[in-house]
Amino acid sequence: MPAQRRGAAIEIASLRREYASGQGSVVALDNVDLRVAPGEFVCIVGPSGCGKSTLLRILAGLDRQSSGHIRVNAEGWAVENAMVFQDSGLFPWMSVEKNVRFGLDTRGVPASEADPRVDAALKLVGLSKFRRHYPHQLSGGMRQRTAIARAFVTDPAMLLMDEPFAALDAQNRVILQAELVRLWEQTGKTVIYVTHSIEEALLLGDRTVVMTAQPGRIKQIIDVPFPHPRDLMQLSASAVFGALKLDIWRVLEAEVMRARAEVEG
Amino acid sequence: MSPKTQERLLYLASPIGLLLLWQLLLMAGIGDRRFVPAPSDIALRYWQMLASGELIYHSAVTLYRVFAGFFIGIVPAIAAGLLMAMFRPVRIFFDPLIATLFPIPKIALMPLLLLAFGFGDASKVALVVIAVFFPVVVNTYVGAANIEKIYWDVARNFGASQAVIFRRIVFFGALPMIFAGLRIALAVSFIVLVAAEFVATKAGIGYLIWNSWELLQVDVMFVGIVTVGILGLIATVILQEIERLVIPWKSE
Repeated sequence: MPAQRRGAAIEIASLRREYASGQGSVVALDNVDLRVAPGEFVCIVGPSGCGKSTLLRILAGLDRQSSGHIRVNAEGWAVENAMVFQDSGLFPWMSVEKNVRFGLDTRGVPASEADPRVDAALKLVGLSKFRRHYPHQLSGGMRQRTAIARAFVTDPAMLLMDEPFAALDAQNRVILQAELVRLWEQTGKTVIYVTHSIEEALLLGDRTVVMTAQPGRIKQIIDVPFPHPRDLMQLSASAVFGALKLDIWRVLEAEVMRARAEVEG
Repeated sequence: MSPKTQERLLYLASPIGLLLLWQLLLMAGIGDRRFVPAPSDIALRYWQMLASGELIYHSAVTLYRVFAGFFIGIVPAIAAGLLMAMFRPVRIFFDPLIATLFPIPKIALMPLLLLAFGFGDASKVALVVIAVFFPVVVNTYVGAANIEKIYWDVARNFGASQAVIFRRIVFFGALPMIFAGLRIALAVSFIVLVAAEFVATKAGIGYLIWNSWELLQVDVMFVGIVTVGILGLIATVILQEIERLVIPWKSE
């Protein structure tokens, strides 16, 4: 994949999402404005229920906004986006290989082209030897790798990731984070990465978007000043990193408390 | 003795104990052997009928009717169940029909089927088709309707068409429940067929049981009953083996 090719440009303007619920309606997202440059890695953090997953689902075409608009410019890309879900979403009845191939099958990619792409994607995530395994035979980390390969194989202009490593143990998370950053550096795709971990957001992204508790609005956007390529372990141990993490926590803390107060009534 | 062997012995203890008690009571002169044959009498008769080919003949007739009806019945049942899960109008259309027809004892339809299909195999096969349809359609629908939402999301996100979702997601997602339905259907098909064979036929295990009752050949009657159990057991084991091959991702 040519490194000079950049991912999709995204423009989100006055986005709003309301759900009908019981007596009234719940505003999940309100007045969200965000521009994402081609090839940018943007992380979204916020308290539970801030609508960050809703935003991702709208971008993925799995949900629709109530008002506002989204413009995605993915010219030159056959596939606009691919999503990686929190609990992998691998089909239990398909082998690793068939799971990875799924997005090519649905788009009618002929076998002569699909075969080498599946091989390459499996190699990319180090699962070539496990291609005939079923998801239940894999560890949590391998399942998420498969899910990442399934997204990458379609060569999407943007990658939408919904807390993909949240369910993994700490060691696996670090390894997969490093792999993801490496893949992103190589492929130049635009990545929107939802997480509840400030640390993860700072380690991976170019910018961190902090969202408010319900209704989800953008509270602050922080530029992450660390250059690429990054050594994640070294970075996470540095003083600058710690200071920035604390800054963002101060911003987020108020929102988390507010969300809690609302829940407790 | 390992705990596992102990469990196996315990597993066999109740049927063997029951047969033993039955045998001993009759040998002690309690009960009339003309009306209640001893297990040894039944076993002997079983062997004679097996050797003469009579039992094989009736078994073959019954098995043919069961399997013809089973396979003709499950195909539309699975298709209808999947379509009900995928398309709301299909569900709304079929729901009242199933709710009304499912509880009707299918054997009550036998006179109607004799009118429609005559006294040959066709009326018995038709009865099995109808009896098999309901448990399979309901299980398939429940299995397909309860597929986790995330699989639909993934399929839609990856641009899957309705046809692909149907073939590769809904069908496979429902497969474990479909097999649960098939197991019930298999038992149901033996139940209704043996009852149907009591009347209007000159062959089959059901005929064997009814005819021997009329002739007061109680031992032959028991041979028939035992045979239904054995055939049902073998068919279920085969079905479970097929399930294991077809659903390799169901590890437990």
